Parts: sequence; structure tokens; C-alpha cells
Amino acid sequence: MLSVDAGKQLRDFSLELSLTIRERETLVLIGENGAGKSTVLNLISGILSPDRGEITLAGRTLFSDRLGIDMPTEERKIGHLFQSYALFPHLSVFENIAFGLRCRKIPKAEIAERVAGQLAALHLADLADVNVGRLSGGQRQRVALARSLVLQPDLLLLDEPLAAVDVRAQGGMRRELRNRIRQAGIPCIIVTHNLKDALELGDRVCLLEAGKVVLEGTPDEVLQSRENAFIASFACECQHDAGNSY
Amino acid sequence: MDSIRYRKASNFVRDISWRQVRRTGLTLLLILLLALFLLFVTVPIASLFLRITPEAFFRSLAEPVVLDALALSLLTAAISTVIVILFGTPLSYINARREYRGKELVDTLTDLPIVLPPAVAGIALLMAFGRRGVVGEYLDAFGIQIAFTTFAVILAQVFVASPFYIRQARASFEAVDRIYEDAARTLGASRLRVLLRVTVPIAWAGLVSGAILTFARALGEFGATIMFAGNYQGRTQTMPLAIYTTMQGNIYDAISLAILLVIISFAVILAVKFVTRRKT
Repeated sequence: MLSVDAGKQLRDFSLELSLTIRERETLVLIGENGAGKSTVLNLISGILSPDRGEITLAGRTLFSDRLGIDMPTEERKIGHLFQSYALFPHLSVFENIAFGLRCRKIPKAEIAERVAGQLAALHLADLADVNVGRLSGGQRQRVALARSLVLQPDLLLLDEPLAAVDVRAQGGMRRELRNRIRQAGIPCIIVTHNLKDALELGDRVCLLEAGKVVLEGTPDEVLQSRENAFIASFACECQHDAGNSY
Repeated sequence: MDSIRYRKASNFVRDISWRQVRRTGLTLLLILLLALFLLFVTVPIASLFLRITPEAFFRSLAEPVVLDALALSLLTAAISTVIVILFGTPLSYINARREYRGKELVDTLTDLPIVLPPAVAGIALLMAFGRRGVVGEYLDAFGIQIAFTTFAVILAQVFVASPFYIRQARASFEAVDRIYEDAARTLGASRLRVLLRVTVPIAWAGLVSGAILTFARALGEFGATIMFAGNYQGRTQTMPLAIYTTMQGNIYDAISLAILLVIISFAVILAVKFVTRRKT
């Protein structure tokens, strides 16, 4: 379980966040550009530090100003997928996935076995020795996900996970992503601009405006709130998309 | 009416031909300028090869003064490059990634040797580390002498050549997107591991070309060396100093040393091109 109650002063506004995510629950964060969605992920994974508050994950305190705890990013056991995927350009697919295992000084044989397992599950076995620069958007996303999941993290943070994937491939990738998240059985936060992501991947949706959660509920509940301008335009896009796809 | 049209047409033809003449003239002028400049660079270098027979060249290569200078130059330039890398890498990484008070000053100071005349560097080092120097005075009390030793050669080379690496390394580190470092940390890498396994490998081509340029600059160092380290064969007489010394006696030894330096310089340029091309 993840519990966040934290605040941070950003350039234009103060980010105030209070949310709890249960085991196996997927929360989708939506909102305008610059509403602080990616910052929320960075605060949880430790790339940024909150000014105040407390973050706990699976019984561990990651941050607490009261207790003076700010656990380094590398010890948090959080899988963080960046929008650009941030695959290491100097390494092969295999070495990208093995990176975190090597940091943990795991024996070579076990690394080979675990990476091979991930590659097989993602149908990437043929690409093990290929440099990541030669992969398609979808393949990059799979490698980035495998790189995080091979470490069996306690939490998964996904920033626009399908934004760099070819539009035609997004439907299939979305279903695949949902299955992977379910298999992992851990709490997950997804930041997205895409309504379909919110509907298909999220158990719960939060709308963030200027650093604050202004709406929260199941995807259907949130979509009913048409008085909110963002949701109204968001839902429009859905109907439009639905019209196109069926 | 016909005559007017005819006149207009002839004007048009005249305009076209003038434009063509001007354009051709300009192209010829540019080719001429380029050719003159290329000749200016290549004729002196070619002259080195034309003024000596292969026999004389190889005979000179066996001369102790040439061999000593070659060995000393390669050794000191290599050590200087290693020292610059050891000190310059953390410095340039910090300047690329951190904001702190006085950063501009540090940047300016590390760049200073590029614009400073080598003779100034030489006398400055002498004033600092000479026997009566600001620091040298205290070292002398412990029986440590730096000026006019091989170590002084290295110090002079480090002084003048360090900016070539530090500038390049800083630019290369700045070019590494921080997101790779963040990603590495979320995967469990300590800061040191991130630096060694992510940042440095991504910046590698830039670091290597910076190191090669530093080596080349150290190899060619003359002014600061002769003032601060002196000109003793086998101890402080590097190749440029040996050229200066031998040209007053046996010009063929000087030419041979010069040819060696030309070859090394070509190799340096090719190496930098190779490394930076592989990056892209």
C-alpha cells in the first residue's frame, strides 16, 4: 500500500497531495499540462523531495519531515517509467534490463535467467543484443517496463506509458500493459493524457489541477462530472475516439 | 514595337550574362583563396619531408638526442593527460551538474591557460614552484625541488593543456540528459555507480576526444617547459625543445623530430574524428 500526504512549493503553485493506493490498485492521474502530475511521480520515487509531509510504501517510510527521513531514490524499490522511457542509449536490450540486477550484485547466472524470463514474456528474446536505439516505440516501452519489473518493485509509476507508441499499436499495447500490471500485483500510478488509458487501466482516477486533487473516483464517476471543463473536453475526446474506433 | 521588344530582350541577355560572369568570378575567387590557404598550410609541412632523405631521417631516429626527446615527450604527455583526466573529470562533472557560488570564477580560472601566453605560464610556475618561489621556498626546506626536473615538465604540460579536456568534458557531461541518471537511480544505482556506469559511458566520445586533444597540446608544449623545466637532454628536453636545440647543430635531427610530431598530430586528428564519428 502507498500512502502519500505531502506538499511542495513549485514555481507557479503549491502542490498538496493526499492519497492512498491499495495493493493491486491502479490510480490514474489526469490533468492539464503543468498541473504537477509528473512532479507527483518524482516526489514518490525520490527524484524530488517534498517540503513537508510523509510518504510510506509497503510499511516502509520513504519520506517524513517529522522523523527526518528522506530515503535515497535507489533504496525505494519503486519502478518508475519515464515518458521518454530513458533507456540507456549505450547499452543493449539485455544490459538495460539487467542494469538494476547488476546494481544489486546478483550472481551472473541468476541475472541471465531473470532477464531471459522478461525477454521471453515480452517476445523480445530475438532483440536481446540489439542496441536500444534501434527499437520501435512499443518495443522501447516493453524494455522499460521489463527493466523495472525484473526488480520486483513495491510500486509502479508510469508517466504517459503509451505516448511514444504508434497510435495503431496503442490498443494492443494498452491491453498488454494492463495484464503486466495485474500480474505484478502491486499498486500503480499512471499519468496520462489519454482517456482510453484512464478507462481501461485505472481502478480509480484523480484529476489534478494546479497541484491539488479536485476530483477523485472510479473512471465512470469522474467522467460524469461534466461541469469540470477539463473532464468535459476529456470526455469529448473519448466519444470522438470511440466513434473512430468502432 | 519590334525594335523595343528586341532591345528589351538584349538587355535581358546582357543582365543574365553579367550575372553569370559575376557568379563565376566569385566562385573562382573563392577557389583561389582556398587554394592559397591550403598551400600555405601544406607547403611548409611538405617541405619538411622534401628537405630530408629517408636515409637521413632513419639515421636521425637512432640519435640519442632524438630518442631521448621522443621517449620523454611520450612519457610526460601521457602522465600529464592522466593527471588532467583524474582532476578534470570530477571538476567538469560538478561544473556541468551543480550550481554553486563562484562557479563562474572556477570556469574562468580553468579556461585561463588557453589564452595565457605559454611564457607567462612558465614564469608564473617558476615564481610559484621555483627554489625561491612562493610554494617552492617551503618545499626547498624539505629538500624537494620541482623546477628544472621532469616533474616540472609535467606540471607545465598540465597547466597549459588542462583546459582542452576540462572544457570538452564539461560540454559532454552537460549533453547527457539527466533523465538517464534519474532512471538509473530508480533502478537502484548509487550516485557513484550512476556516474561510472551511465553518465561517463554516455559522455565517453567527448571525454576521449578531450583527452586526445590534451595529449596533443601537452606533446607540443614549449614555452612554459623551457622556462620552468629547462632544456636538459633526457630529463626535461621534450621534442619541441629538442627541435629548437638540434636545429642549431644538426638540422636533420630537428627535421626528423618535426616529422615525428607531424605524424603524431595527424594521428591525433584522425583519432578524434574516428571517436566523434562513432558517437553519431
